[in-house]
Amino acid sequence: MEHGATIKHDQKKSPKTGDWRYMHPEVDKEKCIGCQTCVPFCPEASIEMKDGKADIDYDYCKGCGVCAEVCPVKAIVMKKK
Amino acid sequence: MNKELTKYLSSGHSACAGCGFPAIVRAILGEAKDEVVVANATGCLEVTSTLYPYTAWKTPWIHNAFENAAATMSGVERAYAILKRKNKLPGGDKKIKFVAFGGDGGTYDIGLQSLSGALERGHNFLYVLYDNEGYMNTGNQRSSATPYGAATETTPAGRASFGKTEMRKNLMDIVNAHHIKYLAQANVAYMADLKKKAQKALAVEGPSFLSVFSPCTNNWKFPTSQYVAIAILATETNFWPLYEVENGKHKITLEPKNVKPLTDFLKTQGRFKHLFSEKNKPVIDRMQRIANEEFARLVSLTEKEI
Repeated sequence: MEHGATIKHDQKKSPKTGDWRYMHPEVDKEKCIGCQTCVPFCPEASIEMKDGKADIDYDYCKGCGVCAEVCPVKAIVMKKK
Repeated sequence: MNKELTKYLSSGHSACAGCGFPAIVRAILGEAKDEVVVANATGCLEVTSTLYPYTAWKTPWIHNAFENAAATMSGVERAYAILKRKNKLPGGDKKIKFVAFGGDGGTYDIGLQSLSGALERGHNFLYVLYDNEGYMNTGNQRSSATPYGAATETTPAGRASFGKTEMRKNLMDIVNAHHIKYLAQANVAYMADLKKKAQKALAVEGPSFLSVFSPCTNNWKFPTSQYVAIAILATETNFWPLYEVENGKHKITLEPKNVKPLTDFLKTQGRFKHLFSEKNKPVIDRMQRIANEEFARLVSLTEKEI
C-alpha cells in the first residue's frame, strides 16, 4: 500500500488568515471580566485567556467581529487599522 | 491560537470570516474522551479545512466524495474493528470514536442513502450535520434543507416567485425512523446544550446523529459579526427548536420563555428581504404557521411518550 497521499498537519504551512482582516478587535483589559463567552464562538479559535483576560492572536483573526458582538460587557471593540 | 480549542481543528483554515461551523466542530470534538477519526462529506467544511498542501485537521481525517461520508466512515469503522479482532493493529487496540461531518447538501440530499445505510447497519459512529440551509460552497443553490420562502440562486425571488416554494424536509424524523439510540437537534449559539448533546451522542455504542444550526454569513446575507445573534433568534422564534430523541423518547431541551414572532428572525437576513413587501405577506404568514405547527407537533410528541 502506498502512503504518499497522506498530508500531515503542519501549522507553518497554514495561511496566515490575519491578512483577511480590515477591522480588528481590541480588548479593553480593564473592562474584560474574563467570562470566556467569546472564546468558543471565535471561528479561528484565536482568543485565549491570558491572566484571566481575553487575548487575541492577530496571526489568524479574520476580523469578523463575532467576539465584539457576543461580549456581555462590550470590552471588545472593532477598530479600523 | 487557543491550544485547547485547536486540538482537532486548528486555526489557518479558510472558512469565511464569521462562519458558524468551526465552533460546532470544536465544541463537539472537544467532548470526545477517546481519540477520534473524522470523515467529511464534500462541502464548505471539507474545502476550507484542507487547502492543499495544508490541512487544518490534527486528527486522522478522510474525504471520499460528496455522497458517501457515512459509507466511508462505515468502512473505516469496520476495518478498524476487524483489524482489532485479528490483533493486527500496530498501536494496540485503542478505543476510537468515529465522527462524520456533512453539510446539509451532503446529508439531506446527496448523502442521504449512504447515511441511511450506515444508520441501519448500526455502525459505531456519530454523524454531525451542520445545517447552513443550502449549497453555500458553490454559491447558494437551494437544497432540501432550505426553508420555504428563502431566495437562493436557483430559487430567486422576483416578480414571478417569492423564493423557494417547497417546505424543508424533516430530516430528524427520517433519521429517527432508523431507530437509532440518540439523535438531537442543536444550535451553535447554545454551546452548553450543544456540548451536552455531543457528550450523549459520543457515548452511544452504535450510530448517533446531531443536526446543528450553522448560519452562513455570505449567502444568508448578514454582517459577519452576527452568526451567534441570528442563531439565538432562530431558536427564540421556534424556527429551530432544540430537542433530542433518546431511545425513541422526544424531549425538548430548551423551550424559549417568550416566543418571538418569526419576522424577528427573518428580518436579520438578506435572503428573506423580499418577503417584507405587501405582496409577500401571505408567505410570511405561512412561514409563521409552519413554525407554530412544527413546534406544536414536537410538543405533542413529547407528551405522548410520558
